[in-house]
Amino acid sequence: MKLNEVKPKTKCKIIKVSGSGGVHRRLLDMGCVKGTDVEVIKVAPLGDPIDIVIKGYHLSIRKEEAKNIDVEVI
Amino acid sequence: MEKEIKIALAGNPNSGKTTVFNNLTGARQHVGNYPGVTVEKKTGERQYKGYKIDIVDLPGTYSLTAYSLDEVVARNFIIDEKPDVVVDIIDSSNLERNLYLATQLMELRVPIVFAFNMVDIAKSSGKKIDTKLLSELMGVTIVETIGHRNKGMNELLDAVVNVAEKGKGKKVIVRYGEEIENEVEKITAILAKEGAVTEKLNLRWLAVKLLEQDKEVIEAVKKSTGGNYKRIEKVVEGSIWHIQNILRDSPETIIADARYGFINGALRESYEEIEAGKVTISDKIDRVLTNRILGLPIFFGLMWLMFQFVFTVGAYPMDWIDMGFGKLGNLVSNALPEGLLQSFIVDGIIGGVGGVLIFTPNIILLFVCIAILEDSGYMARAAFVMDRIMHKIGLHGKSFIPMLIGFGCTIPAYMAARTLENKKDRLVTMHVNTFMSCGARLPIYILLAGAFFPAYAGNVIFSIYVIGIIMAILMAKLLRSTRFKGEAAPFVMELPPYRVPTFKGVIVHMWERTRLYLKKAGTIILAMAIIIWILFTFPKIGDNYSTDYDAEVVSIEESYESGRITEEELEEAIVVIEGKMADEEMAYSAAGRVGHFIEPVFKPLGFDWRMAVAAISGIAAKEIVVSTMGTLYSIAEADEESESLRDTLANEYHPLIGYNFMLFSLLYFPCMAGIAVFRREAGRKEMWFQIGYTLLLAWVVSFVVFQIGRLFI
Repeated sequence: MKLNEVKPKTKCKIIKVSGSGGVHRRLLDMGCVKGTDVEVIKVAPLGDPIDIVIKGYHLSIRKEEAKNIDVEVI
Repeated sequence: MEKEIKIALAGNPNSGKTTVFNNLTGARQHVGNYPGVTVEKKTGERQYKGYKIDIVDLPGTYSLTAYSLDEVVARNFIIDEKPDVVVDIIDSSNLERNLYLATQLMELRVPIVFAFNMVDIAKSSGKKIDTKLLSELMGVTIVETIGHRNKGMNELLDAVVNVAEKGKGKKVIVRYGEEIENEVEKITAILAKEGAVTEKLNLRWLAVKLLEQDKEVIEAVKKSTGGNYKRIEKVVEGSIWHIQNILRDSPETIIADARYGFINGALRESYEEIEAGKVTISDKIDRVLTNRILGLPIFFGLMWLMFQFVFTVGAYPMDWIDMGFGKLGNLVSNALPEGLLQSFIVDGIIGGVGGVLIFTPNIILLFVCIAILEDSGYMARAAFVMDRIMHKIGLHGKSFIPMLIGFGCTIPAYMAARTLENKKDRLVTMHVNTFMSCGARLPIYILLAGAFFPAYAGNVIFSIYVIGIIMAILMAKLLRSTRFKGEAAPFVMELPPYRVPTFKGVIVHMWERTRLYLKKAGTIILAMAIIIWILFTFPKIGDNYSTDYDAEVVSIEESYESGRITEEELEEAIVVIEGKMADEEMAYSAAGRVGHFIEPVFKPLGFDWRMAVAAISGIAAKEIVVSTMGTLYSIAEADEESESLRDTLANEYHPLIGYNFMLFSLLYFPCMAGIAVFRREAGRKEMWFQIGYTLLLAWVVSFVVFQIGRLFI
């Protein structure tokens, strides 16, 4: 499943982070790496971006960026 | 003899780095730019136990890759300037992610000290850190600090001095796993063989960066090895291919994994969260502020509140300044004999500068609001809420606040645009900012709408603002798909926990920016006021009137004395003659001549030479346009409410022209002070582009409106 498809208030684990370039690099730097736990908290009022909790802090990313992250729901 | 130590402060955004920097340097700070780039460089110094410590505040970064200018600048500073110690300011409540940057600093093998900042917040939320053990595991001195309470600063300086004198501690190397380490060895070997030896960097670091395909490092290695680079490249490519095959992921990804793996390993032994997963106060606040339903209304409500605050509270000091300058003007008028000097000081300097300084209270309040929004953490929520719309027009969620501020003044708006990390986003945001009609243009609209559309002035002015917003959206899209074409910058943005802004922090923030504003606006506006005064006063017509007006006046006075005309007729006639004289004086002056000279350019827009001069005066400062119009039509002390100026305009021109001039004023580039700050923030080339394209747009729009409009009148 892709991270952008995960519903709010769901916990999951990152399986793979694909993509390349600036977005990919940025996701890695911010802690989106294989094996990390992620909880999707909410979606912004206009439908995008999403707010997730990862490595103990809140990160917001666009759904099109979240598409690069494969997760499994736990 | 004093010993000098050079240190650099690094750290994530929101880690409290700036507060620590302020604590360490106090008032002895200086703001400049890193050479050749528009990235702000803050430096300061501190005397401590016989040492002179030079401190550079590096840009806040999450990492040290070559993907963003901030990171490149930070990294290059560390590599090129070789500070004696790098202090990494770490948010103790957010250790895992903060340590990612730390591992990269360790890779650079520079002497480091960790400042575990905001430990009070970490402790009170149940986080337990065994700093002694962690320090051993990572081979780095750790000092606990509480920046916003000014605690731990001396201990930090002690650690810095210690490391500077005695050197770095035990060498701990972050290992990336067997496969990567094998390839790193291969690349290190070929690097050594082909002579890529630099005294600044260790080969291992170079090898890892080449595996990560770091652009800057690739360039640097190419340079230092010349023709030999091809052999290095071949080995690196082979390694990357090998890793992709075996581990099914890019080296970049695996190395990032490995760094976090290292961090996890260290934290597993030294860190414990007693109340993990507890809902924090920050979370609770966000339940309301970024709520699906309430989020947007609350956001717009807060923005509205901000503007109300700025303009309502600001109105008081505004009035005082207005009165103050008025009194000053009178004082000088009475003290000096009539003539050039008096005119220079009263009309030129006091009038010009005063007219613009009047906005300073508003600006200060605006900066206070921005500082509170930033320090509290709400700015990030604003970007979060607005990103969908901003992204659709080719901008970024963080673009919204600078654009909003542009409705007040472009100068703080340009400065607020610094939060945009991506250069293209930032430049486009700045380029369209002028269409968010600034406060100084409002008097122009009030005057013209009042003169030409008295019945629905409010709606007319509103239409101008709306057109401005539409233009901003269109131009943003256009620029983003042409000159600033490129991959959209990642949004990936941290939502920091809410914090109560400290009074000191807000004031320091606000004062930094206000000082810049006053310096820029002050000097430029003073210069402009003088220039404008010169242009309007000289050359003096002297005796070169077209007719002998003095004789006419004498003749009319005789008519009155001999009873042929009434007193009323006398006064009227004199007013007419004075009007004609003023007209000729105006046309004779430099400003008038420039207006006549430029008139052909403005004629297709339906404007005459007077409007041309008025538009040009707007380059100096938008507030001046109204009083310039007064001067042009010989109406003394005109402001936007002036009945006589309104009447004169309504008589001279068709409403179409009036509206067209409002459009032109909306669209062409901001005042000189704004342009000066634009140049400081974006560089000279972009400044010229801004001037060029807005002027072109203004001309084209006014042209179309006039040419089509005149078919109907």
